[in-house]
Amino acid sequence: MNAAVTPFVESMQAAALRIPSAGPAWLDEARRAALQAFVERGLPDTRNELWKYTSLRALNQRSHAPVDPAAASRAAVEGLLPASSADAARVVFVNGAFRSDLSALAGLPQGVTLQPLSRALLDQPEPLRFLLAANAGSDDGFTLLNRALAVEGVVLRVDAGVRVAAPLHIVHVGVASDTPSAWHLRSLIELGEGASADLVEHYVGQVDAEHFANVVRDVTLRERARLGWTVVQTAGPGALLLRRSDCRLGEDSALDFHALELGGKLARHELRVELAGTRARFKSRGAFVLHGRQHADTEVLVTHCGRDTASDSLWRGVADDRARGVVHGRILVMRGADGADGGFYNKNLLLSPDAEIDTRPALEIYADEVKANHGATVGQLDENMLFYLRSRGISLDVARRLLVRAFCAVALDGIEPASLREHCEALLSAQLPEASV
Amino acid sequence: MLKIENLHARIAGKEILKGLSLEVNPGAVHAIMGPNGAGKSTLGNVLAGRPGYEVTAGSVSYDGQDLLALEPEARAAAGVFLAFQYPVEIPGVNNTYFLRAALNGQRKARGEEELDSMQFLKLVRGKVKDMGMTPDLLNRAVNEGFSGGEKKRNEVFQMALLEPRLAILDETDSGLDIDALKQVAAGVNALRSPQRSFLVITHYQRLLDYIVPDFVHVLADGRIAESGDAQLARELEAHGYAWVGEQAHAEARA
Repeated sequence: MNAAVTPFVESMQAAALRIPSAGPAWLDEARRAALQAFVERGLPDTRNELWKYTSLRALNQRSHAPVDPAAASRAAVEGLLPASSADAARVVFVNGAFRSDLSALAGLPQGVTLQPLSRALLDQPEPLRFLLAANAGSDDGFTLLNRALAVEGVVLRVDAGVRVAAPLHIVHVGVASDTPSAWHLRSLIELGEGASADLVEHYVGQVDAEHFANVVRDVTLRERARLGWTVVQTAGPGALLLRRSDCRLGEDSALDFHALELGGKLARHELRVELAGTRARFKSRGAFVLHGRQHADTEVLVTHCGRDTASDSLWRGVADDRARGVVHGRILVMRGADGADGGFYNKNLLLSPDAEIDTRPALEIYADEVKANHGATVGQLDENMLFYLRSRGISLDVARRLLVRAFCAVALDGIEPASLREHCEALLSAQLPEASV
Repeated sequence: MLKIENLHARIAGKEILKGLSLEVNPGAVHAIMGPNGAGKSTLGNVLAGRPGYEVTAGSVSYDGQDLLALEPEARAAAGVFLAFQYPVEIPGVNNTYFLRAALNGQRKARGEEELDSMQFLKLVRGKVKDMGMTPDLLNRAVNEGFSGGEKKRNEVFQMALLEPRLAILDETDSGLDIDALKQVAAGVNALRSPQRSFLVITHYQRLLDYIVPDFVHVLADGRIAESGDAQLARELEAHGYAWVGEQAHAEARA
């Protein structure tokens, strides 16, 4: 049975017809099957527990189409690129299309592969077959759509034992187009045994860029691998970002994740982490600061499978005006994951009576000798702190900004290198205009 | 410099100050004493502009301007400083950043040039040394993890940095052991000058052995019931606050 054929679904079907044959027959077949499955299922609705507070009704009534990637001039885009990525190895996508003229992929260390998916498919499609052709049981409408329509993405592979010193950057740029644009990116990140790398992912965009981005990535960390991953999201106010990451952590591996979510009209990230190997460790820190009618939804779904695994998540949310924030932190400890130690802590701040934040921490435990903690609060700026600052001569708006920044500071604390952390702090300050905060 | 006339104030609908009048001249140290609930802290909070306190009658003139019409930050810029009875911990706000924002906020409001970070650091390090604070203070978050004594000393340190013209010390002695009390008093005494006035709010006479006031006022039931010099504080110590009430009744009968 098909779900309702909405303008959104129609525009996606039309886009599928325009995708040229990929080369390998298995890929064309996988795309066809995924599109069919998507049309049958449609977009997730709010009856789905993971989408309870993020309605897609508005999106469903809109058409989005791929746009000509060459339309944006280099000059128009260059000013949007983050300074921190200027001298680094980076992959740049403009409205979802890879831009070799803006990317810097030369001089990567030995044992590091960083390339656009389109190129990886040309070079060696077979290693990607498992990733692109296999449907996972937890696929939702967006993942299916991504399987059907993603022709681009990032393939990052770090060979066993290779430690990449300098951070690698992925930059997503949204630029204005005649019609609302859509893009679908599928990325693969794989670190071999004992490998180490740091990845910085940026979202930037023009103020008048209306786009829908559907980003799906698979992250695999083999034994003793370590990935530092920082998301700096300052997309334009017309951006709809739907992101999903499935991470699988092997024995003694570590994922250290940071996110600063400031932009976009709708910014959702479903971060799924499976602590598969013994002593695998996941740490996450993140903050969103929203105003106007922005909507951010962060889902952190951690599954402890291996013994003595650890997860530690600490998130902050701030909403002003009529903004809406959603935080869902779930820790699932599977049978046999004895010695697991999981924590999810989320504090939120409402700066306006019309703002709303929904936070739901959840624990599900099926193992013994487990430590698991969670906590979530939603509150307002502390009047005593405000008065203390003002009594020392700090004006009300500066005092409020100071306190909001301090509230979020814990989420930015561990970002490395220091220059990136300072960049994030500056972005956060800029997000707090004196008039509104 | 400060003239309080017939001040009535309430909080949460409850009247606390019931016609308080007091005049403070430049350079004078006034001690405000009185039993719990007399309105001592309310007076300090009303003068500093804490939200939630409602002035229902009376006036406060500071340097000829209506103090009650000013926002708390404007009062600070005009030279009013409240050393809090319970200094507030502000995790995540670095002390150096806070102090610079405060000093420059005041300077900006007064139309003075703001200090750049080099000028500010030089100034603040000098004050740290003068006040015998540990330099580590500057790297910590505002009052976070400070002991009770450290918090009170930090209030006096802030006062030294911000150089107010009217300093209100709200039970700065409460919770201090004798050594900390002496340190706080020494800090305050170092700041005494012909241009700077103090309102020292305290429950106990002990602090006034170290900060010797020019005037002592006893607050009872929202009004000043008795005024005198430092000797009055010692009589209170000997007789207790009930004695003031009896005196007042005796006078009323006479």
